[in-house]
Amino acid sequence: MKFLTTNFVKCPIKGCQSSLDAFPLKYEECQLAQEEQEYNPEFLCHMLERLDWNAILKVAHDLGNDSLPPTKPEDLDPIMEDDQAILKDLHTLLLETQVVDGKMVCKNCQHIYYIKNSIPNFLLPPHLC
Amino acid sequence: MKDYLIYFAQAYPNFRRPELESLADLYNIPLDLSHHDESNPFLIVQLENDDQARKIMERSVLSKGIYELWGHGKTVEELQENVKQISSDKFEIFKENSFRFNFIGYKGSRSNRQKVKLIESFSFMAFTGHVSMNNPDEIYTILEEYEVTGSEKATTPINLWLGRQIQLSARTENILDKYDLRTRKYIGTTSFDAELSLVSCNIGQVAPGKITYDPFAGTGSFLVAAANYGGLPMGSDIDVRMLKGKSDDCNIQANFKQYNTSLYFIDIMTMDFTNNALRSDFVIDTIVCDPPYGIREGLRVCGAKNAEKAAGREHVVIDGEKAHLRRDFIPPKKPYELANLLDDLLTFAADRLPLDGRLAFWMPTANDDFEINQIPQHKNLQLIYNLEQEFNKWSRRLLVYVKRDESYAGETSNGLKAHHIKNFRERYFNGFNEKSR
Repeated sequence: MKFLTTNFVKCPIKGCQSSLDAFPLKYEECQLAQEEQEYNPEFLCHMLERLDWNAILKVAHDLGNDSLPPTKPEDLDPIMEDDQAILKDLHTLLLETQVVDGKMVCKNCQHIYYIKNSIPNFLLPPHLC
Repeated sequence: MKDYLIYFAQAYPNFRRPELESLADLYNIPLDLSHHDESNPFLIVQLENDDQARKIMERSVLSKGIYELWGHGKTVEELQENVKQISSDKFEIFKENSFRFNFIGYKGSRSNRQKVKLIESFSFMAFTGHVSMNNPDEIYTILEEYEVTGSEKATTPINLWLGRQIQLSARTENILDKYDLRTRKYIGTTSFDAELSLVSCNIGQVAPGKITYDPFAGTGSFLVAAANYGGLPMGSDIDVRMLKGKSDDCNIQANFKQYNTSLYFIDIMTMDFTNNALRSDFVIDTIVCDPPYGIREGLRVCGAKNAEKAAGREHVVIDGEKAHLRRDFIPPKKPYELANLLDDLLTFAADRLPLDGRLAFWMPTANDDFEINQIPQHKNLQLIYNLEQEFNKWSRRLLVYVKRDESYAGETSNGLKAHHIKNFRERYFNGFNEKSR
Protein backbone atom coordinates (compact mmCIF):
# COMPACT_ATOMS: atom_id res chain seq x y z
CA MET A 1 0.00 0.00 0.00
CA LYS A 2 1.50 3.27 -1.13
CA PHE A 3 1.46 6.19 1.28
CA LEU A 4 -0.53 7.96 -1.44
CA THR A 5 -3.37 5.46 -1.09
CA THR A 6 -3.90 6.34 2.58
CA ASN A 7 -5.31 9.60 1.20
CA PHE A 8 -8.05 7.82 -0.74
CA VAL A 9 -9.44 5.33 1.78
CA LYS A 10 -11.68 5.71 4.80
CA CYS A 11 -13.68 3.41 7.05
CA PRO A 12 -16.23 1.61 4.80
CA ILE A 13 -18.74 0.93 7.58
CA LYS A 14 -22.10 2.53 6.74
CA GLY A 15 -22.46 4.14 10.18
CA CYS A 16 -19.19 6.02 9.61
CA GLN A 17 -20.20 7.49 6.22
CA SER A 18 -20.90 10.95 7.54
CA SER A 19 -18.36 10.95 10.36
CA LEU A 20 -15.40 13.28 9.99
CA ASP A 21 -13.35 10.87 12.10
CA ALA A 22 -13.57 8.04 9.56
CA PHE A 23 -10.95 9.71 7.35
CA PRO A 24 -8.08 9.40 7.38
CA LEU A 25 -7.68 6.16 9.25
CA LYS A 26 -5.15 6.02 12.04
CA TYR A 27 -2.06 4.05 11.11
CA GLU A 28 -0.52 1.96 13.87
CA GLU A 29 2.29 -0.57 14.22
CA CYS A 30 3.24 -0.03 10.59
CA GLN A 31 6.18 -1.59 8.86
CA LEU A 32 7.42 0.61 6.03
CA ALA A 33 9.60 -0.09 3.05
CA GLN A 34 11.06 2.15 0.37
CA GLU A 35 10.47 0.95 -3.15
CA GLU A 36 12.12 2.82 -5.93
CA GLN A 37 9.79 4.34 -8.52
CA GLU A 38 10.44 6.36 -11.64
CA TYR A 39 10.36 10.09 -10.81
CA ASN A 40 7.70 11.98 -12.73
CA PRO A 41 7.10 15.57 -11.58
CA GLU A 42 4.07 16.11 -13.86
CA PHE A 43 2.37 13.11 -12.33
CA LEU A 44 2.99 14.50 -8.85
CA CYS A 45 1.75 18.00 -9.66
CA HIS A 46 -1.39 16.50 -11.10
CA MET A 47 -1.86 14.20 -8.13
CA LEU A 48 -1.38 17.02 -5.62
CA GLU A 49 -4.66 18.55 -6.76
CA ARG A 50 -6.52 15.46 -5.67
CA LEU A 51 -4.94 15.22 -2.23
CA ASP A 52 -6.48 16.11 1.09
CA TRP A 53 -3.42 17.72 2.62
CA ASN A 54 -4.62 17.58 6.22
CA ALA A 55 -5.04 13.85 5.89
CA ILE A 56 -1.52 13.59 4.47
CA LEU A 57 -0.19 15.44 7.53
CA LYS A 58 -2.09 13.20 9.96
CA VAL A 59 -0.95 9.95 8.38
CA ALA A 60 2.63 11.21 8.07
CA HIS A 61 2.48 12.01 11.78
CA ASP A 62 1.16 8.50 12.55
CA LEU A 63 4.15 7.12 10.68
CA GLY A 64 6.64 9.39 12.47
CA ASN A 65 7.13 12.12 9.88
CA ASP A 66 6.40 15.67 11.05
CA SER A 67 8.57 17.47 8.51
CA LEU A 68 5.92 18.25 5.88
CA PRO A 69 4.88 21.81 5.06
CA PRO A 70 1.71 22.67 7.03
CA THR A 71 -0.18 23.77 3.92
CA LYS A 72 -0.43 22.06 0.58
CA PRO A 73 2.40 23.16 -1.74
CA GLU A 74 0.73 24.84 -4.70
CA ASP A 75 1.69 25.89 -8.21
CA LEU A 76 4.85 23.86 -8.10
CA ASP A 77 7.02 24.25 -11.15
CA PRO A 78 9.25 21.24 -11.90
CA ILE A 79 11.79 23.57 -13.52
CA MET A 80 12.39 25.66 -10.37
CA GLU A 81 15.08 24.27 -8.13
CA ASP A 82 13.25 24.92 -4.86
CA ASP A 83 10.09 23.33 -6.17
CA GLN A 84 12.05 20.39 -7.43
CA ALA A 85 13.30 19.62 -3.93
CA ILE A 86 9.73 19.59 -2.65
CA LEU A 87 8.59 17.38 -5.50
CA LYS A 88 11.41 14.92 -4.91
CA ASP A 89 10.44 14.73 -1.22
CA LEU A 90 6.81 14.20 -2.14
CA HIS A 91 7.83 11.52 -4.60
CA THR A 92 9.75 9.67 -1.91
CA LEU A 93 6.92 9.96 0.57
CA LEU A 94 3.81 9.43 -1.56
CA LEU A 95 4.96 6.95 -4.15
CA GLU A 96 8.05 5.21 -2.84
CA THR A 97 6.98 4.68 0.77
CA GLN A 98 5.07 1.44 1.08
CA VAL A 99 3.15 0.32 4.15
CA VAL A 100 4.01 -3.35 4.05
CA ASP A 101 2.26 -4.38 7.21
CA GLY A 102 0.24 -2.69 9.91
CA LYS A 103 -3.10 -1.62 11.32
CA MET A 104 -5.57 1.01 10.20
CA VAL A 105 -7.99 2.08 12.90
CA CYS A 106 -11.18 4.06 12.40
CA LYS A 107 -11.21 6.96 14.83
CA ASN A 108 -15.00 6.94 14.80
CA CYS A 109 -15.93 3.29 15.38
CA GLN A 110 -12.53 1.89 16.43
CA HIS A 111 -12.76 -0.94 13.91
CA ILE A 112 -9.34 -2.32 12.99
CA TYR A 113 -8.27 -3.05 9.41
CA TYR A 114 -5.02 -4.79 8.60
CA ILE A 115 -2.41 -4.32 5.92
CA LYS A 116 -0.66 -7.53 4.98
CA ASN A 117 1.83 -8.08 2.16
CA SER A 118 1.37 -4.40 1.27
CA ILE A 119 -2.34 -4.92 0.56
CA PRO A 120 -4.88 -3.15 2.77
CA ASN A 121 -7.90 -5.26 3.66
CA PHE A 122 -11.30 -3.61 4.15
CA LEU A 123 -13.48 -6.70 4.33
CA LEU A 124 -16.07 -6.44 7.09
CA PRO A 125 -17.46 -8.95 9.59
CA PRO A 126 -21.18 -9.73 9.06
CA HIS A 127 -22.53 -7.53 11.85
CA LEU A 128 -20.90 -4.44 10.32
CA CYS A 129 -21.94 -5.03 6.68
CA MET B 1 -12.50 19.44 -44.17
CA LYS B 2 -10.42 16.82 -45.95
CA ASP B 3 -11.10 13.22 -46.87
CA TYR B 4 -9.28 10.50 -44.99
CA LEU B 5 -9.48 6.77 -45.53
CA ILE B 6 -9.67 4.51 -42.50
CA TYR B 7 -8.69 0.89 -42.87
CA PHE B 8 -10.33 -1.22 -40.15
CA ALA B 9 -9.39 -4.58 -38.74
CA GLN B 10 -11.99 -7.25 -39.39
CA ALA B 11 -12.35 -8.00 -35.69
CA TYR B 12 -15.38 -7.22 -33.53
CA PRO B 13 -16.84 -5.03 -36.31
CA ASN B 14 -19.70 -3.85 -34.08
CA PHE B 15 -17.15 -2.37 -31.64
CA ARG B 16 -15.24 -0.44 -34.32
CA ARG B 17 -17.45 2.60 -34.59
CA PRO B 18 -17.87 3.08 -30.81
CA GLU B 19 -14.10 2.83 -30.37
CA LEU B 20 -13.25 5.55 -32.88
CA GLU B 21 -16.19 7.72 -31.83
CA SER B 22 -15.04 7.54 -28.23
CA LEU B 23 -11.45 8.43 -29.13
CA ALA B 24 -12.63 11.34 -31.29
CA ASP B 25 -14.87 12.56 -28.47
CA LEU B 26 -12.00 12.25 -26.00
CA TYR B 27 -9.96 14.69 -28.10
CA ASN B 28 -12.99 16.88 -28.94
CA ILE B 29 -12.74 16.05 -32.62
CA PRO B 30 -16.03 16.11 -34.54
CA LEU B 31 -16.26 12.83 -36.44
CA ASP B 32 -19.21 11.44 -38.35
CA LEU B 33 -19.12 7.66 -38.63
CA SER B 34 -22.82 7.14 -39.29
CA HIS B 35 -22.06 5.60 -42.70
CA HIS B 36 -19.82 2.91 -41.17
CA ASP B 37 -20.57 -0.52 -42.61
CA GLU B 38 -19.65 -3.48 -40.42
CA SER B 39 -18.99 -5.69 -43.43
CA ASN B 40 -16.59 -3.24 -45.08
CA PRO B 41 -13.12 -2.50 -43.68
CA PHE B 42 -12.70 0.71 -45.71
CA LEU B 43 -14.33 3.95 -44.65
CA ILE B 44 -13.87 7.51 -45.85
CA VAL B 45 -14.29 10.18 -43.18
CA GLN B 46 -13.88 13.94 -43.03
CA LEU B 47 -11.41 15.58 -40.67
CA GLU B 48 -9.86 19.03 -40.36
CA ASN B 49 -6.25 17.98 -40.55
CA ASP B 50 -3.60 15.30 -40.15
CA ASP B 51 -3.24 15.98 -36.45
CA GLN B 52 -6.86 15.01 -35.83
CA ALA B 53 -6.35 11.87 -37.90
CA ARG B 54 -3.28 10.99 -35.86
CA LYS B 55 -5.12 11.44 -32.59
CA ILE B 56 -8.10 9.26 -33.37
CA MET B 57 -5.96 6.47 -34.81
CA GLU B 58 -2.97 6.23 -32.51
CA ARG B 59 -4.72 4.32 -29.70
CA SER B 60 -7.11 2.34 -31.83
CA VAL B 61 -7.21 -1.42 -31.47
CA LEU B 62 -9.90 -2.19 -34.03
CA SER B 63 -8.54 -0.02 -36.82
CA LYS B 64 -5.32 -0.52 -38.71
CA GLY B 65 -4.48 2.88 -40.08
CA ILE B 66 -5.61 6.18 -41.49
CA TYR B 67 -4.57 7.75 -44.80
CA GLU B 68 -5.01 11.11 -46.43
CA LEU B 69 -7.12 10.22 -49.44
CA TRP B 70 -5.41 10.92 -52.76
CA GLY B 71 -7.80 9.08 -55.00
CA HIS B 72 -10.20 6.21 -55.54
CA GLY B 73 -11.19 4.07 -58.50
CA LYS B 74 -12.73 0.76 -59.45
CA THR B 75 -9.80 0.10 -61.76
CA VAL B 76 -6.17 1.20 -61.83
CA GLU B 77 -7.00 3.61 -64.66
CA GLU B 78 -9.89 5.12 -62.75
CA LEU B 79 -7.72 5.52 -59.67
CA GLN B 80 -5.02 7.33 -61.61
CA GLU B 81 -7.56 9.61 -63.26
CA ASN B 82 -9.01 10.43 -59.87
CA VAL B 83 -5.60 11.07 -58.30
CA LYS B 84 -4.74 13.52 -61.09
CA GLN B 85 -8.10 15.19 -60.67
CA ILE B 86 -8.26 15.68 -56.90
CA SER B 87 -4.64 15.54 -55.72
CA SER B 88 -2.48 17.33 -58.29
CA ASP B 89 -2.04 20.23 -55.88
CA LYS B 90 -0.46 17.83 -53.36
CA PHE B 91 2.25 16.57 -55.75
CA GLU B 92 4.08 19.86 -55.37
CA ILE B 93 3.87 19.93 -51.55
CA PHE B 94 5.55 16.54 -51.17
CA LYS B 95 7.69 16.74 -54.30
CA GLU B 96 11.09 16.68 -52.63
CA ASN B 97 10.31 14.40 -49.71
CA SER B 98 11.77 10.92 -49.59
CA PHE B 99 9.10 8.26 -49.97
CA ARG B 100 8.14 4.67 -50.52
CA PHE B 101 5.04 2.80 -51.54
CA ASN B 102 3.14 0.20 -49.53
CA PHE B 103 0.39 -2.18 -50.52
CA ILE B 104 -2.58 -3.35 -48.52
CA GLY B 105 -4.78 -5.97 -50.09
CA TYR B 106 -8.05 -7.01 -48.54
CA LYS B 107 -9.04 -10.57 -49.52
CA GLY B 108 -6.42 -10.62 -52.23
CA SER B 109 -3.01 -9.37 -53.28
CA ARG B 110 -0.78 -8.97 -56.26
CA SER B 111 2.65 -10.32 -57.08
CA ASN B 112 5.78 -8.26 -56.45
CA ARG B 113 6.26 -7.77 -60.17
CA GLN B 114 2.78 -6.39 -60.53
CA LYS B 115 3.35 -4.13 -57.52
CA VAL B 116 6.46 -2.62 -59.04
CA LYS B 117 4.62 -2.08 -62.30
CA LEU B 118 1.76 -0.40 -60.53
CA ILE B 119 4.09 1.88 -58.56
CA GLU B 120 5.87 2.88 -61.76
CA SER B 121 2.55 3.81 -63.32
CA PHE B 122 2.28 6.61 -60.72
CA SER B 123 5.39 8.30 -62.09
CA PHE B 124 3.14 11.14 -63.31
CA MET B 125 3.25 12.46 -59.72
CA ALA B 126 6.85 13.37 -60.62
CA PHE B 127 8.37 13.16 -57.14
CA THR B 128 12.01 14.13 -57.08
CA GLY B 129 12.74 12.96 -53.54
CA HIS B 130 14.64 9.71 -53.23
CA VAL B 131 13.07 6.38 -52.44
CA SER B 132 13.75 5.32 -48.87
CA MET B 133 12.61 1.91 -47.74
CA ASN B 134 13.56 2.28 -44.08
CA ASN B 135 12.94 5.85 -43.15
CA PRO B 136 10.91 7.71 -45.72
CA ASP B 137 9.32 11.11 -45.08
CA GLU B 138 6.10 9.90 -46.65
CA ILE B 139 4.57 6.50 -47.27
CA TYR B 140 2.06 6.20 -50.10
CA THR B 141 -0.21 3.24 -49.71
CA ILE B 142 -2.24 1.56 -52.38
CA LEU B 143 -5.19 -0.10 -50.67
CA GLU B 144 -7.04 -2.69 -52.68
CA GLU B 145 -10.28 -4.49 -52.07
CA TYR B 146 -10.75 -7.83 -53.78
CA GLU B 147 -13.85 -9.93 -53.97
CA VAL B 148 -13.52 -13.67 -53.57
CA THR B 149 -16.08 -15.77 -55.40
CA GLY B 150 -15.97 -19.50 -54.99
CA SER B 151 -12.63 -21.07 -54.16
CA GLU B 152 -10.52 -19.17 -56.65
CA LYS B 153 -7.99 -16.61 -55.63
CA ALA B 154 -9.06 -13.09 -56.51
CA THR B 155 -6.64 -11.39 -58.89
CA THR B 156 -8.40 -8.18 -59.88
CA PRO B 157 -9.39 -5.68 -57.22
CA ILE B 158 -12.88 -4.19 -57.24
CA ASN B 159 -11.79 -1.00 -55.47
CA LEU B 160 -8.48 0.82 -55.21
CA TRP B 161 -7.45 3.80 -53.14
CA LEU B 162 -4.24 5.79 -52.97
CA GLY B 163 -3.50 7.35 -49.61
CA ARG B 164 -0.69 9.12 -47.85
CA GLN B 165 -0.12 7.29 -44.58
CA ILE B 166 -0.90 9.52 -41.61
CA GLN B 167 -0.97 7.15 -38.66
CA LEU B 168 -0.89 3.43 -38.08
CA SER B 169 -2.95 2.13 -35.17
CA ALA B 170 -1.83 0.59 -31.91
CA ARG B 171 -2.95 -2.71 -33.38
CA THR B 172 -0.65 -2.35 -36.37
CA GLU B 173 2.15 -1.45 -33.94
CA ASN B 174 1.61 -4.89 -32.35
CA ILE B 175 -0.13 -3.93 -29.14
CA LEU B 176 -1.97 -7.26 -29.14
CA ASP B 177 1.27 -9.21 -29.09
CA LYS B 178 2.59 -7.01 -26.33
CA TYR B 179 -0.43 -7.63 -24.08
CA ASP B 180 -1.03 -11.23 -25.12
CA LEU B 181 -2.07 -13.20 -22.02
CA ARG B 182 0.23 -16.05 -23.05
CA THR B 183 3.28 -13.93 -22.39
CA ARG B 184 1.93 -12.00 -19.38
CA LYS B 185 3.70 -12.81 -16.13
CA TYR B 186 0.64 -13.06 -13.92
CA ILE B 187 -2.73 -14.27 -15.15
CA GLY B 188 -5.59 -16.28 -13.67
CA THR B 189 -8.75 -18.01 -14.79
CA THR B 190 -10.60 -14.69 -14.83
CA SER B 191 -8.01 -12.70 -16.80
CA PHE B 192 -9.67 -10.71 -19.56
CA ASP B 193 -8.29 -11.00 -23.09
CA ALA B 194 -5.94 -8.25 -24.22
CA GLU B 195 -7.86 -7.09 -27.26
CA LEU B 196 -11.20 -6.43 -25.62
CA SER B 197 -9.73 -5.05 -22.42
CA LEU B 198 -7.85 -2.45 -24.47
CA VAL B 199 -10.98 -1.73 -26.50
CA SER B 200 -12.96 -1.34 -23.26
CA CYS B 201 -10.44 1.24 -22.06
CA ASN B 202 -10.69 3.14 -25.36
CA ILE B 203 -14.47 3.21 -25.27
CA GLY B 204 -14.32 4.05 -21.56
CA GLN B 205 -12.07 7.01 -22.47
CA VAL B 206 -9.24 6.14 -20.15
CA ALA B 207 -6.70 8.93 -20.61
CA PRO B 208 -3.41 10.25 -19.20
CA GLY B 209 -3.74 11.40 -15.61
CA LYS B 210 -7.27 10.06 -15.19
CA ILE B 211 -8.02 7.78 -12.27
CA THR B 212 -9.36 4.51 -13.63
CA TYR B 213 -11.04 2.22 -11.15
CA ASP B 214 -11.79 -1.49 -11.50
CA PRO B 215 -13.82 -2.67 -8.49
CA PHE B 216 -13.49 -6.30 -9.58
CA ALA B 217 -9.83 -6.22 -10.48
CA GLY B 218 -8.95 -9.91 -10.16
CA THR B 219 -5.53 -10.34 -11.76
CA GLY B 220 -5.63 -6.75 -13.02
CA SER B 221 -6.37 -7.18 -16.75
CA PHE B 222 -8.15 -3.83 -17.03
CA LEU B 223 -5.58 -2.14 -14.81
CA VAL B 224 -2.67 -2.87 -17.16
CA ALA B 225 -4.80 -1.99 -20.17
CA ALA B 226 -5.66 1.36 -18.57
CA ALA B 227 -2.02 2.11 -17.76
CA ASN B 228 -1.12 1.46 -21.39
CA TYR B 229 -3.09 4.61 -22.22
CA GLY B 230 -1.60 6.61 -19.37
CA GLY B 231 -4.60 6.12 -17.08
CA LEU B 232 -3.94 5.82 -13.35
CA PRO B 233 -5.31 2.43 -12.41
CA MET B 234 -6.71 1.55 -9.03
CA GLY B 235 -8.20 -1.83 -8.33
CA SER B 236 -10.08 -3.62 -5.61
CA ASP B 237 -11.31 -7.16 -5.26
CA ILE B 238 -12.99 -9.21 -2.56
CA ASP B 239 -10.50 -12.03 -3.18
CA VAL B 240 -7.15 -11.19 -1.62
CA ARG B 241 -5.45 -14.20 -3.21
CA MET B 242 -5.95 -12.79 -6.70
CA LEU B 243 -4.52 -9.43 -5.72
CA LYS B 244 -1.57 -11.02 -3.96
CA GLY B 245 -0.50 -13.22 -6.84
CA LYS B 246 1.96 -16.04 -6.49
CA SER B 247 5.30 -14.34 -5.91
CA ASP B 248 7.16 -11.08 -6.47
CA ASP B 249 7.66 -12.04 -10.10
CA CYS B 250 4.14 -13.25 -10.58
CA ASN B 251 1.68 -10.68 -9.33
CA ILE B 252 -0.09 -7.54 -10.50
CA GLN B 253 2.94 -5.32 -9.87
CA ALA B 254 5.09 -7.68 -11.93
CA ASN B 255 2.73 -7.16 -14.88
CA PHE B 256 3.14 -3.39 -14.63
CA LYS B 257 6.92 -3.86 -14.56
CA GLN B 258 6.72 -6.11 -17.60
CA TYR B 259 4.85 -3.42 -19.55
CA ASN B 260 6.98 -0.63 -18.16
CA THR B 261 3.96 1.21 -16.75
CA SER B 262 4.64 0.92 -12.99
CA LEU B 263 4.77 4.70 -12.94
CA TYR B 264 1.02 4.94 -13.52
CA PHE B 265 -0.11 2.19 -11.18
CA ILE B 266 -1.80 3.58 -8.07
CA ASP B 267 -2.74 0.63 -5.88
CA ILE B 268 -4.83 -2.42 -5.18
CA MET B 269 -6.89 -3.19 -2.10
CA THR B 270 -8.99 -5.99 -0.73
CA MET B 271 -12.53 -4.71 -0.57
CA ASP B 272 -16.11 -5.78 -0.91
CA PHE B 273 -17.45 -3.39 -3.55
CA THR B 274 -20.75 -3.03 -1.68
CA ASN B 275 -18.87 -1.80 1.41
CA ASN B 276 -16.57 0.59 -0.36
CA ALA B 277 -13.64 2.25 1.40
CA LEU B 278 -12.82 4.90 -1.22
CA ARG B 279 -13.66 8.28 0.29
CA SER B 280 -16.74 9.71 -1.36
CA ASP B 281 -15.17 13.03 -2.43
CA PHE B 282 -12.34 11.28 -4.24
CA VAL B 283 -13.01 11.73 -7.96
CA ILE B 284 -12.88 8.60 -10.06
CA ASP B 285 -12.69 9.56 -13.71
CA THR B 286 -13.49 6.24 -15.33
CA ILE B 287 -14.74 2.84 -14.24
CA VAL B 288 -13.91 -0.13 -16.45
CA CYS B 289 -14.67 -3.62 -15.21
CA ASP B 290 -15.95 -7.12 -15.71
CA PRO B 291 -18.09 -7.89 -12.66
CA PRO B 292 -17.62 -11.38 -11.20
CA TYR B 293 -21.05 -12.79 -11.92
CA GLY B 294 -19.28 -14.69 -14.64
CA ILE B 295 -18.69 -18.35 -14.87
CA ARG B 296 -15.44 -18.81 -13.03
CA GLU B 297 -16.33 -16.99 -9.86
CA GLY B 298 -19.72 -17.00 -8.22
CA LEU B 299 -20.86 -13.64 -6.98
CA ARG B 300 -20.19 -13.06 -3.30
CA VAL B 301 -20.08 -10.18 -0.87
CA CYS B 302 -19.21 -9.93 2.83
CA GLY B 303 -21.86 -11.21 5.20
CA ALA B 304 -23.15 -14.33 6.89
CA LYS B 305 -24.95 -16.89 4.74
CA ASN B 306 -27.18 -17.70 7.64
CA ALA B 307 -27.84 -14.57 9.65
CA GLU B 308 -29.59 -16.44 12.46
CA LYS B 309 -26.70 -18.81 13.02
CA ALA B 310 -24.20 -15.97 12.90
CA ALA B 311 -26.09 -13.80 15.39
CA GLY B 312 -24.05 -12.90 18.43
CA ARG B 313 -20.70 -13.84 16.88
CA GLU B 314 -19.54 -10.26 17.21
CA HIS B 315 -19.23 -10.93 20.93
CA VAL B 316 -16.86 -13.87 20.54
CA VAL B 317 -13.58 -13.21 22.31
CA ILE B 318 -10.32 -15.05 21.66
CA ASP B 319 -7.29 -14.46 23.90
CA GLY B 320 -8.90 -11.33 25.29
CA GLU B 321 -9.48 -9.83 21.82
CA LYS B 322 -12.75 -9.57 19.94
CA ALA B 323 -12.52 -12.27 17.28
CA HIS B 324 -13.53 -9.99 14.40
CA LEU B 325 -10.80 -7.48 15.27
CA ARG B 326 -8.00 -10.04 15.20
CA ARG B 327 -5.39 -10.06 12.48
CA ASP B 328 -6.26 -13.58 11.37
CA PHE B 329 -10.03 -13.04 11.21
CA ILE B 330 -11.51 -14.07 7.87
CA PRO B 331 -14.84 -12.37 7.18
CA PRO B 332 -17.45 -14.84 5.93
CA LYS B 333 -19.02 -14.27 2.52
CA LYS B 334 -22.50 -14.81 1.20
CA PRO B 335 -23.96 -15.16 -2.29
CA TYR B 336 -25.33 -11.99 -3.83
CA GLU B 337 -27.72 -11.29 -6.68
CA LEU B 338 -26.38 -9.96 -9.97
CA ALA B 339 -29.29 -7.54 -10.21
CA ASN B 340 -28.34 -5.98 -6.87
CA LEU B 341 -24.68 -5.73 -7.74
CA LEU B 342 -25.45 -3.91 -10.98
CA ASP B 343 -27.69 -1.51 -9.04
CA ASP B 344 -24.81 -0.89 -6.65
CA LEU B 345 -22.38 -0.38 -9.54
CA LEU B 346 -24.61 2.15 -11.33
CA THR B 347 -25.35 4.04 -8.12
CA PHE B 348 -21.66 4.17 -7.27
CA ALA B 349 -20.77 5.39 -10.77
CA ALA B 350 -23.50 8.04 -10.69
CA ASP B 351 -22.17 9.27 -7.32
CA ARG B 352 -18.45 9.24 -8.06
CA LEU B 353 -17.92 9.98 -11.76
CA PRO B 354 -17.43 13.57 -12.89
CA LEU B 355 -19.78 14.95 -15.54
CA ASP B 356 -19.18 13.14 -18.86
CA GLY B 357 -17.17 10.47 -17.03
CA ARG B 358 -17.75 6.96 -18.30
CA LEU B 359 -18.70 3.63 -16.78
CA ALA B 360 -17.94 0.63 -19.00
CA PHE B 361 -18.65 -2.89 -17.83
CA TRP B 362 -19.34 -6.33 -19.24
CA MET B 363 -22.60 -8.10 -18.59
CA PRO B 364 -23.39 -11.65 -19.66
CA THR B 365 -26.84 -12.46 -20.99
CA ALA B 366 -28.49 -15.72 -22.04
CA ASN B 367 -29.57 -15.40 -25.65
CA ASP B 368 -32.86 -17.22 -25.23
CA ASP B 369 -34.38 -14.82 -22.74
CA PHE B 370 -32.57 -11.55 -23.33
CA GLU B 371 -34.72 -8.47 -23.55
CA ILE B 372 -33.39 -4.98 -23.82
CA ASN B 373 -35.03 -3.95 -20.57
CA GLN B 374 -32.68 -6.28 -18.67
CA ILE B 375 -29.98 -3.69 -19.11
CA PRO B 376 -29.96 -1.68 -15.90
CA GLN B 377 -30.48 2.07 -16.07
CA HIS B 378 -29.80 4.93 -13.70
CA LYS B 379 -31.43 8.35 -13.90
CA ASN B 380 -28.08 10.20 -14.09
CA LEU B 381 -26.35 7.78 -16.44
CA GLN B 382 -26.97 7.70 -20.15
CA LEU B 383 -26.45 4.33 -21.78
CA ILE B 384 -24.56 5.16 -24.97
CA TYR B 385 -23.39 1.73 -26.11
CA ASN B 386 -24.65 -1.81 -25.77
CA LEU B 387 -22.14 -3.92 -27.68
CA GLU B 388 -22.69 -7.60 -27.98
CA GLN B 389 -20.05 -10.29 -28.27
CA GLU B 390 -21.91 -13.44 -29.16
CA PHE B 391 -21.04 -16.92 -28.05
CA ASN B 392 -23.17 -19.96 -28.65
CA LYS B 393 -26.03 -19.81 -26.18
CA TRP B 394 -24.99 -16.66 -24.38
CA SER B 395 -23.48 -13.31 -25.06
CA ARG B 396 -21.59 -10.78 -23.14
CA ARG B 397 -22.25 -7.12 -23.67
CA LEU B 398 -20.05 -4.14 -23.10
CA LEU B 399 -22.39 -1.55 -21.60
CA VAL B 400 -21.11 2.00 -21.62
CA TYR B 401 -22.74 4.83 -19.69
CA VAL B 402 -21.97 8.54 -19.47
CA LYS B 403 -22.58 10.55 -16.31
CA ARG B 404 -25.04 13.37 -17.01
CA ASP B 405 -26.09 16.31 -14.88
CA GLU B 406 -29.42 16.78 -13.13
CA SER B 407 -31.05 18.08 -16.31
CA TYR B 408 -30.73 14.62 -17.84
CA ALA B 409 -33.95 12.98 -16.79
CA GLY B 410 -33.27 9.32 -17.26
CA GLU B 411 -35.17 6.54 -15.62
CA THR B 412 -33.81 4.17 -13.03
CA SER B 413 -34.75 0.60 -13.83
CA ASN B 414 -33.48 -2.90 -13.37
CA GLY B 415 -35.05 -5.47 -15.65
CA LEU B 416 -33.18 -8.35 -14.07
CA LYS B 417 -34.84 -7.64 -10.76
CA ALA B 418 -38.25 -6.94 -12.22
CA HIS B 419 -38.30 -10.14 -14.26
CA HIS B 420 -36.69 -12.36 -11.64
CA ILE B 421 -33.93 -13.39 -14.03
CA LYS B 422 -32.00 -16.11 -12.30
CA ASN B 423 -28.35 -16.06 -11.67
CA PHE B 424 -26.52 -16.21 -14.99
CA ARG B 425 -24.00 -18.65 -13.59
CA GLU B 426 -26.69 -21.11 -12.58
CA ARG B 427 -28.19 -21.03 -16.04
CA TYR B 428 -24.78 -21.48 -17.65
CA PHE B 429 -24.17 -24.69 -15.77
CA ASN B 430 -27.68 -25.93 -16.56
CA GLY B 431 -27.11 -25.48 -20.27
CA PHE B 432 -29.62 -22.65 -20.78
CA ASN B 433 -32.53 -25.07 -21.12
CA GLU B 434 -36.16 -24.29 -20.39
CA LYS B 435 -35.91 -25.72 -16.91
CA SER B 436 -33.02 -23.48 -15.92
CA ARG B 437 -34.99 -20.29 -16.55
